[in-house]
Amino acid sequence: MIVHSIFFYFFSIIAIFSSLMVITSRSTINSVFFLILDFISVGCLFIMVGAEFLGMILLIVYVGAVAVLFLFVVMMLNVAEQKQSWFIGKKSTHIPTGLIVSVLILLELLVVVGGWKYKENVMSSSTLFLSNISNTHQLGLVMYTDYILYFQLAGIVLLLAMIGAILLTFRERVGVKKQSYLNQISRTPLTAVELKDIKSNEGVKIDD
Amino acid sequence: MIEYLQILGQEVYKILFLLVPILVSVAMIVWLDRRVWGLVQKRRGPNVVGPFGLFQTLADALKYIFKEIIIPASANKVVFILAPIITMTLALVAWAVIPMSEDLVLSNINVGVLYLFAVSSLGVYGIIMGGWASNSKYPFLGAIRSAAQMVSYEVSIGIIIINVLLCVGSLNLNDIIIAQKDMWYVIPLFPMFVIFFISALAETNRPPFDLPEAEAELVAGYQTEYSGMMYAMFWLGEYANILLMCAMGSILFLGGWLPIMDVYPLNVIPAPIWMILKILFLFLLFALIKAIVPRYRYDQLMRLGWKIFLPFSLIYLVLTASFLFYFDKLPKGNF
Repeated sequence: MIVHSIFFYFFSIIAIFSSLMVITSRSTINSVFFLILDFISVGCLFIMVGAEFLGMILLIVYVGAVAVLFLFVVMMLNVAEQKQSWFIGKKSTHIPTGLIVSVLILLELLVVVGGWKYKENVMSSSTLFLSNISNTHQLGLVMYTDYILYFQLAGIVLLLAMIGAILLTFRERVGVKKQSYLNQISRTPLTAVELKDIKSNEGVKIDD
Repeated sequence: MIEYLQILGQEVYKILFLLVPILVSVAMIVWLDRRVWGLVQKRRGPNVVGPFGLFQTLADALKYIFKEIIIPASANKVVFILAPIITMTLALVAWAVIPMSEDLVLSNINVGVLYLFAVSSLGVYGIIMGGWASNSKYPFLGAIRSAAQMVSYEVSIGIIIINVLLCVGSLNLNDIIIAQKDMWYVIPLFPMFVIFFISALAETNRPPFDLPEAEAELVAGYQTEYSGMMYAMFWLGEYANILLMCAMGSILFLGGWLPIMDVYPLNVIPAPIWMILKILFLFLLFALIKAIVPRYRYDQLMRLGWKIFLPFSLIYLVLTASFLFYFDKLPKGNF
């Protein structure tokens, strides 16, 4: 048991330290790296409590895909290293927004933890029974049966967000030649070569 | 406490027993790769150092160790040094769950496939970090290309894995292998095997998808600024990743450590030998493809990933699911 708590404190100290570093680090790239470290240590915590499926999915989705895109964007923007810490700067507009968001999150946490402490059965699901089957199977048992509507709705929301993002950045470019693989493959010597009689001093128009 | 230290010592011993053979086989596999490449081009390939040139990679490694490590003045030093270490570590860490026989496995975890998939999707970080930290345009362009490429092909690999999981009903790698006792999944899921193989080529940045290091356009991609041992670590990590992908392919489709047929002379051969033979077979295909196929253009690569592999594997997933459902062959699960 003592080993278990050593590991728990190890991962949670790393998680808290790295999440502090995410918001205090001067360079944005370092923030993203600390965010990745944070995700990984939270994933390890998930695995420690026996939720190995959630831990692995956290690694795959957040670290393997989302953080890569973050890193991508931050690198492309090439944000210069901030010389001053953001709360010292003269006119910082981040503080009110940040405050509102953090107070809301604190309230939500209070409500959730308070409700769960107040009465044990307020938060527990009636369908999820604990037994010796693995938690992947448990998730599978309820995900596509009891919660199919929420699951599909979440999927549709994500799909809509993706379509919206594509639509926002989509622009029709004119005058761009597109490669058509079908046309290329179905070309024969007969259709590819065209013989023309060129009149003197008139030339011929190609490529239109 | 003493007991705990003893357990720790045993685990370290087991890990060394796994890591040393992998590192040696990575060295051998580099030799095999160059040898096959040479034979296809009617050359001899490396054949001077040691018998058949087997020690060529060791000689190369020694050379890299004694070379100077040059760190560019404008590079971000911490990230620059971290990048090859991450690549190497991630490539080796994944081997913890690969079963060489029914009980010859370091950790037989419930979510083995997910672990493999997670570790292989983290592999992109070594490349991005190396490319960005070099602070130079060719490595950066190479890193961005590689990130886009690896993220796109992971999607189709994920769906292919779901195809296999539908037939097995478990995420445990040993369960996946045992489920193939009657028929390897390469037969019913042959199109998926082909797509998995091609995606594995793209995932490991092997030719014909070695766009991140296309030397005609990008010098050496993300490795341009690396020298000495740090370059060697990238290189070893890359080959360890290739071996890992071969192992994954043989577990998912070729029946892992199972013999070809459960008949007398074949089933006395020990299981690890079968596993190694299957990994070698897949690696030979990798090496042949490197020698034979010319490099893809970047937009063609992206088109192949998103417009062909993704829809095709999705359709095949629906087909597999409907087939299993209609003929009532869905795995009942062991719970």
